[in-house]
Amino acid sequence: MTSPPVFEVRNVSFAYDNKQTALENVDLTVRSGESLVILGANGSGKSTLLKMLDGLYFPTRGEIIAFGEPLTEARLRDDAFNFAFRRRVGLVFQDTDVQLFCASVLDEVAFAPLQLGISHGEVRERVDQSLQALRIEKLRDRAPHRLSGGEKRRVALASLLSLNPDVWLLDEPTIGLDPRSQSWLVDFILQLRGQNKTVITATHDLAFALKFATGIHVFDEGHHLAASGKPDEILANHELLHSCNLSHFHMAKEASHCH
Amino acid sequence: MRRQSHFLEKTLSGITQTLERSLFAEAISLQPGLFQSLDPRLKVLATLALLIGVSMARNPWVIGAVYLLVVCLALGSAIPADFFIRRVWLTIPLFTGMIALPALFLIPGQPLLHLPLGLIVTRTGAQSVLFLLLRVTTSLSVVLLLVLTTPWNTVLGALSVLRVPDVFILILGMTFRYIYLLLHIANDMFLSRKSRVIGRMSGSEERHMLAAIGANLLSKSLNMSSEVYLAMVSRGYRGAVVTFKPFRMRPRDWLWAALFAGITVSIIYLGR
Repeated sequence: MTSPPVFEVRNVSFAYDNKQTALENVDLTVRSGESLVILGANGSGKSTLLKMLDGLYFPTRGEIIAFGEPLTEARLRDDAFNFAFRRRVGLVFQDTDVQLFCASVLDEVAFAPLQLGISHGEVRERVDQSLQALRIEKLRDRAPHRLSGGEKRRVALASLLSLNPDVWLLDEPTIGLDPRSQSWLVDFILQLRGQNKTVITATHDLAFALKFATGIHVFDEGHHLAASGKPDEILANHELLHSCNLSHFHMAKEASHCH
Repeated sequence: MRRQSHFLEKTLSGITQTLERSLFAEAISLQPGLFQSLDPRLKVLATLALLIGVSMARNPWVIGAVYLLVVCLALGSAIPADFFIRRVWLTIPLFTGMIALPALFLIPGQPLLHLPLGLIVTRTGAQSVLFLLLRVTTSLSVVLLLVLTTPWNTVLGALSVLRVPDVFILILGMTFRYIYLLLHIANDMFLSRKSRVIGRMSGSEERHMLAAIGANLLSKSLNMSSEVYLAMVSRGYRGAVVTFKPFRMRPRDWLWAALFAGITVSIIYLGR
């Protein structure tokens, strides 16, 4: 039996200032518990799509259905809908300096549950648990701008973990991470998958995507959804990956080999 | 080889010094120490009380005693004495000294020193200047003690005890946080420019470079501000902000609160 859809993106197009196209006629469905990867080269519209799924941008054409209801600016103005939606969906921004705007790690991790009406006592518990889960208790009173790239990424994830949303939107989460932190991140996403969370990750890192994806949507540089499928199918389609600028042939020759 | 631009060097060194000072202050605030261990709200209130006491006191000996007390507290808080004293005394001649200097000659009184050009330093003038310097030095030291022993984000959080609105505290914190980030970006821009400048730039070239960097920073900060707003909305921000106040007064803090209250009353009473 297939799980219910979390998001239905129907023929969605988006242009910044109605001029600069970011997405063109995109159709896709995200089902509960999936671990989807939005794969595409820089500027293909991945981040824009995640922001639309998070109700921060709205389609210039087409519609997005979230949890069976249209996700529109008007609907999000309704407090009850806004609270329910924000509690269920969380976005980790590509730039952690944008995501971490509070003066301390503690304030950062407590921000979302506090704004969404969770009691102070429960927020305190959630903050402790989130810091512990991400092994950053020692950073509790530190200012986010003093942290390393890996630490900032952990704090950004903790700031969402304290909310414990059903849907996690991760925008280029590997940027600025060393190999050890990347591998830790894969484990973290696998843990979320184990908890039946829906995880949608935008990345251009094919190797990273293959470690946890249950499905992949590939965007081309013309801002269209070029293909959707299982990771193995996508990986086997060299022509697709090459045309979407996700793989390339090195032209440097080594002992008459071109690789 | 021609020399590198003075302007570039000075700007870079200015930014680097600011960043280093800020790092050093945070390192001290995270060390175990007397003032570090107190509740930040108590520290903010104690600082305010001492400032009021010092500004009301008219007896230089009392103000001097407060200065000594603050230096002792700084020593107990793992702040190197020479750094603490120097940091204040290097600032004072620059600002207060310049303002107070004319008082040496303008306040009428018994002559103390005859200078060329017929200038006379009066005893009353000298006393007034010394008194002002002592008061400013002590006040500045009190504030420095708070700033060095408390991370900036905690000082901001503790301002709630003075009934400062939460949204104002959040904006102050964000301002500091993003000024720091933009300083880093500016530093990188200047460094990248420096790495590509061989000779010395002319005045117009320097102005052109400064304008380009300024414009770039402005554009970045505008872009960042809209992204930060989206990040806030994404986590439930709807125009009003709810903040966390995790501070807790322990018996030891109450004891210190009583001590600071006693000291403030004594300053006001003895310094009349």
